[in-house]
Amino acid sequence: MNHVKHKGHEEHAVLVVNPGMAQFESALNDIRALERLAARDSPVQRLDPRAMVIVTAAFLITVVSFPKYEIAGLVPLVLYPAILVAVGNLPLRVLVRYLLLAAPFAVLVGLFNPLLDRAITARLGALAVSGGWLSFLSILARFLLTVSAALLLLAATGYSALCSALGRLGMPRLLTTQFLLLYRFIFIVADEAQRMVRAYVLRSRRAGGMPLRVWSSLTGNLLLRAYDRGLRVHTAMLSRGFDGFMRSRHTPHWSWLDSGFVLACAGFFLLARFGHPAELLGRWVLQVLR
Amino acid sequence: MSHHIVEVSGLEYRYPNGTHALQGVSFRIEHGESVGIIGANGAGKSTLLLHLNGCLLATQGTVRVGDFPVTRATLPEIRRSVGMVFQDPNDQLFMPTVQEDVAFGPLNMRLPPEEAEARVQQSLAAVNAAHLAARPPYELSGGEKRAAAIAAVLAMSPDILVLDEPTSGLDPHARRKLIALLRGFKHTKIIAAHDLDMIMDLCTRSIVLHDGCVEADGPTAALLTDQQLLVRTGLELPLRLQGCPVCAR
Repeated sequence: MNHVKHKGHEEHAVLVVNPGMAQFESALNDIRALERLAARDSPVQRLDPRAMVIVTAAFLITVVSFPKYEIAGLVPLVLYPAILVAVGNLPLRVLVRYLLLAAPFAVLVGLFNPLLDRAITARLGALAVSGGWLSFLSILARFLLTVSAALLLLAATGYSALCSALGRLGMPRLLTTQFLLLYRFIFIVADEAQRMVRAYVLRSRRAGGMPLRVWSSLTGNLLLRAYDRGLRVHTAMLSRGFDGFMRSRHTPHWSWLDSGFVLACAGFFLLARFGHPAELLGRWVLQVLR
Repeated sequence: MSHHIVEVSGLEYRYPNGTHALQGVSFRIEHGESVGIIGANGAGKSTLLLHLNGCLLATQGTVRVGDFPVTRATLPEIRRSVGMVFQDPNDQLFMPTVQEDVAFGPLNMRLPPEEAEARVQQSLAAVNAAHLAARPPYELSGGEKRAAAIAAVLAMSPDILVLDEPTSGLDPHARRKLIALLRGFKHTKIIAAHDLDMIMDLCTRSIVLHDGCVEADGPTAALLTDQQLLVRTGLELPLRLQGCPVCAR
């Protein structure tokens, strides 16, 4: 990462890509890791993808429907991702990596709340807590819940099964095909980019970053190359009878287990939203202690 | 069995940038024949192959596959009967796993999923790659990728196999195995390649292209020993016919 300046060389704005090369490859591997998880066999992966889609949607709606300052009410909902991770035998490490990757966005969204909203709304003993801090924490909690639910949906179903489930639930086929192709082409573009960056790194004398000027010509080139490659892939797809729609290899079967899963989750979400389980549990514990 | 015939007559093709890639190409390939298409870089081999399954449509002249002329209306039938294996298997394999990729063609043919699954098993077994079914294509070696790409085409049970540089990028052992595999197929085969030794092994007949025209068409053994023809078209004797590199005899 240390950038060595050569004497007599023009100074450039430097964007750091090195050791970005390794980071880039590991980011690609991460996406593929998620895809590999979906190929595992566990009760979670055996669920009908449609059931996972419905439950995830219900979960997201529940999470965002809480009022702005709510934190305690969100806590019981952690059970849903936690149980999925445990039953689905999914590695927490991959999940955490993704959450960290997306965390800056959530932090940015809530960053100014403590500054703008200074009215005291709660007291923790001697500590006065302003509404801004509460809503900031609430945003972080919602972020953790929603993003992990989305990642778990992907890890439990796999991208193509997910798209075909969305199609079966009524999403226009044109859209699901777009999603599937987009996902394929990400890898193609990334592959080309990887090769170009490698070629640059091997021939550049700079120890650190890549000058902005090189970046701009590289991205232009990447667009052309990716376009070319995309055309070749498309030709190969046409040769195998592609007619604009991606067809799925499996017809999913909805079993009573799926119905049970959807009903149980829906019941739990309703309880978490309207039944205040944290408060009930607290009162019950206090009663027992008395 | 008239439907495995490929007939090209007066084929001309001009790319949008003005390159006159094919200038009146004509030939007829009969059922069960194995034909090599050879020529220097830029001679028009790849352009010609792209016409055989309608990826490109003729500017002038006609291409007939079996009972159908290659036109926009006949494309689905043409693409089922002509299986095209592209030069770079990376362009062909794009699904998350090998079995999904091999199933891509059969599913596009609207076969029911069970039938498609059976086709996947059969064609992977035919290229000795049944063990690769669940692997993601980007993890495979060059030889394995090539086998998977061929299986993907076989799954559509084509009558005619068109291969573009099938041995490029393979190590000697993988190349040898591929040649043995292709020799076992009973399809009509059309193979474009620079690997003239492989053409000698697999094709009884060859068509030499030069600057977008058919320069020669005849038995491979005669064409590939004709030094004057080879020099004129930018080619060389197959390695096995060249002198010993040590004693030059």
